[in-house]
Amino acid sequence: MEEITLVSQLLQYLITGVTLGSIYAMLAIGFNIIYNVTEIINLAQGEFVMLGGLVMVFFSVGVGIPTFLSFPLTVAVVTIVGILLDRLAIRPIRQPSVLTLIIATIAASFIIKGLAMFIWGKNPFDLPAFSGRNPIHFFGAVIQPQYFWVIGFLIVIVILLTLFFEKTIIGKAMSACADNPDAASLVGINVQRMILLSFCLSAAIGAVAGIIVTPIALMEYDRGAMLAVKGFGAVVLGGLGSFPGAILGGLIIGTIESFGAGLISSGYKDAFALIVLLAVLFFRPSGLLGSIEISKIKRF
Amino acid sequence: MLKIRMLPIAVFAVIIGVFPWAARIVPGIGNYPDLMVFAGIYCLITIGLSLLMGYAGQISLGQAAFFGIGAYTSGILTVTYGLNPWPCMLIGMIVAALVAVLVGVPSLKLRGHYLAMATLAFGIIVFIVFNEEVDWTGGPDGMSGIPGLSLFGFNFASLERYYYLVWFFVFAAFIFTINVIQSRAGRALRAIHASQAASMAMGIDVSRYKIAVFVYSAVLASLAGSLYAHYMNFINPSTFDLFFSIKLLIMISFGGMRDIWGAIIGAFLVTFLSFEWLHFFEEAEVVVYGIILLLVTIFLPHGLAGVPRIVKGWFRS
Amino acid sequence: MEVQKTDTILEVEDIIMSFGGLLALANLNFDVQKSRIKAIIGPNGAGKTTLFNIITGVFPPTEGSVRFKGNAIEKLKAHEIARRGISRTFQTVELFTNMTVLENVMVGLHTRMRSSLIASGLRLPQVLSKEEQMRERANEILDFIGLVDKSEESADSLPLGERKLLEIGRALATEPELACLDEPAAGLNESETQAAADLIKRIKDRGITVLLVEHDMKVVMNISDEIMVLNYGEKIAEGSPEEIQNNPEVIEAYLGGGEDYA
Repeated sequence: MEEITLVSQLLQYLITGVTLGSIYAMLAIGFNIIYNVTEIINLAQGEFVMLGGLVMVFFSVGVGIPTFLSFPLTVAVVTIVGILLDRLAIRPIRQPSVLTLIIATIAASFIIKGLAMFIWGKNPFDLPAFSGRNPIHFFGAVIQPQYFWVIGFLIVIVILLTLFFEKTIIGKAMSACADNPDAASLVGINVQRMILLSFCLSAAIGAVAGIIVTPIALMEYDRGAMLAVKGFGAVVLGGLGSFPGAILGGLIIGTIESFGAGLISSGYKDAFALIVLLAVLFFRPSGLLGSIEISKIKRF
Repeated sequence: MLKIRMLPIAVFAVIIGVFPWAARIVPGIGNYPDLMVFAGIYCLITIGLSLLMGYAGQISLGQAAFFGIGAYTSGILTVTYGLNPWPCMLIGMIVAALVAVLVGVPSLKLRGHYLAMATLAFGIIVFIVFNEEVDWTGGPDGMSGIPGLSLFGFNFASLERYYYLVWFFVFAAFIFTINVIQSRAGRALRAIHASQAASMAMGIDVSRYKIAVFVYSAVLASLAGSLYAHYMNFINPSTFDLFFSIKLLIMISFGGMRDIWGAIIGAFLVTFLSFEWLHFFEEAEVVVYGIILLLVTIFLPHGLAGVPRIVKGWFRS
Repeated sequence: MEVQKTDTILEVEDIIMSFGGLLALANLNFDVQKSRIKAIIGPNGAGKTTLFNIITGVFPPTEGSVRFKGNAIEKLKAHEIARRGISRTFQTVELFTNMTVLENVMVGLHTRMRSSLIASGLRLPQVLSKEEQMRERANEILDFIGLVDKSEESADSLPLGERKLLEIGRALATEPELACLDEPAAGLNESETQAAADLIKRIKDRGITVLLVEHDMKVVMNISDEIMVLNYGEKIAEGSPEEIQNNPEVIEAYLGGGEDYA
């Protein structure tokens, strides 16, 4: 019989934290992709995650489509929502300023959240775990197999994105847009299309995050706001616009939240990420991997 | 360019003054005085927010926190400690001012989305505190038994009396704020909005001013919160959530942040919206507000004040 | 011809400014004499605006000191320096476009005519009379710069030449002893340039010291008492207009031997 020692407890928090952190990292990556191409902070990012979970519930539990089909279907649907967000909420703004764009994305997140409430109601939903729920015991810590799926997906997404941005033509075009949209359009890159693509990618990544985290943490209609703020915390912690920063920031915030909830207070769970966000903004807004110069060279 | 005339204010004062009497006589406006109390309370908040966001060009997405600080300070001090409500209101305003300085000093150095997110995070943290510190605040179940207000034996228990009390404060704040806008300080704020670099070069201590306006908006919001607490005699954290901060944003946007009248108009519109017209669509509140906010942001960037310009544009083409 | 020494109002000592790895100013040393016009010229990127930013407190130098009337000011913030008597204009005209011409100048009077926030909110009579005084003073300044009939117009409705004049007027309202003008003639046509140059001369006549960054060589040679030439963040020459015009290093680095000065 395994005892619950302090070490195994700490290990538990660590693993939970890394898992949670992977979700935040995915959110942060999504934020950065849009930010790098458009300089917009998309506060509706959290809604993509929420929709990922709930739409998946609809397809796989509600309609009964097998997971390997409902997964891409869900991602596709949420990607369409991302397109609508760009077309209906961002594009129409004639005099974009930081404040109006923030407000627009907040407004969009309300609309999405409100509609989700209509469709799915207020109750949280569950999804079957991808490979069952037999917990794995590891030095006294109890790990759900779904945790590995989460961490695994983060790794896969990071690899795919790196390949995309460095090896494919479209990816390189997006990087070019991020660096210098004027120059990019001069060489024939359709900047509008790149912006749309950035929303699509962010929505897709958010959807994936939502699908894989729901078996662990359930999903309900109003989860988006907190996720977005925490995801932003990860972004700022890692350095706005920095790809490795997003991963680092996400993992750190997830870990802090997990340890904080476990060791200090679970009621204040959400506050830990927010306090980290404030601390970064107050003391080192450029984040860990950002610096004023680097933030000018936006990279994925 | 900013000649705010006394005539509209006087007319407005007359309308407000006469309204409860009219409500008694004219059928159908029956429950409007209650609504108007809320409108007044919200106006107190939006006046300060308009000065902060419209004139000084800053951002606050966490103003609900100060509203809550006022409400809970009044609530806790009067219910748990049995103190006289009036000094408690003042204490609430002082607490709000201190919190505003604490949060404002590091935050107002930030710009753009960093400032927005800092205020957003602050607002949510305060909301979590209201929910979690059950011993002080009663937690999610709220705090009841908050007494009404009375002054030297004159009781504000009736709806009409409370109405006049609230609107007295609103007019006082409104006139004070207008005076500030038209003064040297108001010019300094507008200068800061236009160009911080040039303002500094003119000897304006930009950070001092930003913090001063932030504190002012916090103090007004706190006063509004106290008035709210003593009116409802019950408060719970859900009133002071992110959604309310965004509702305040909607009120300001309607008004077109450039104009202090806009703060009043916006507060009225959203109050009527949420109490009267959305009454049937309670579930739809979130979506409707989202759509309204989006439409206002896209089509009315200058709020309703921009409508004449837009209509003129149609006629020209 | 030697530059007449009056009093030294500004001393810049061993200023080094580096941004990350980039050295913008290197061991810069110079003085400015009271009530004189000193021009700083040099190719683009020579560090002139950086120098202005240091003197006016936008950021501190990496090393070195700046003394104004004998007191070290390099660590002071911009608004504190403005209060001590140094004002400036900007290369990219930074007017308060959300205000009228008059109001722009009134902002310049901000530090010289104080009133408290509470008194303003209560609209006390002393606040109102101070406000009147400020209007009068602002109108005087507009008269001095020649824009008094446009006082109620919106600042952003002015053509560029008048915007530059307004910015100078606003800087004058702070009652400076040293006015730092950053490219006051940039983008102006012949007559506008002449108006600006005349204004600067009249400013000097009032006893105000002028430090001037400018590319227009005619203006520089015409109105300056002394010229300093910067190149790659270093001073390569300093002296009277004649000395500078005949300095071979300067000619090579900057004047290029041709007519192309701007």
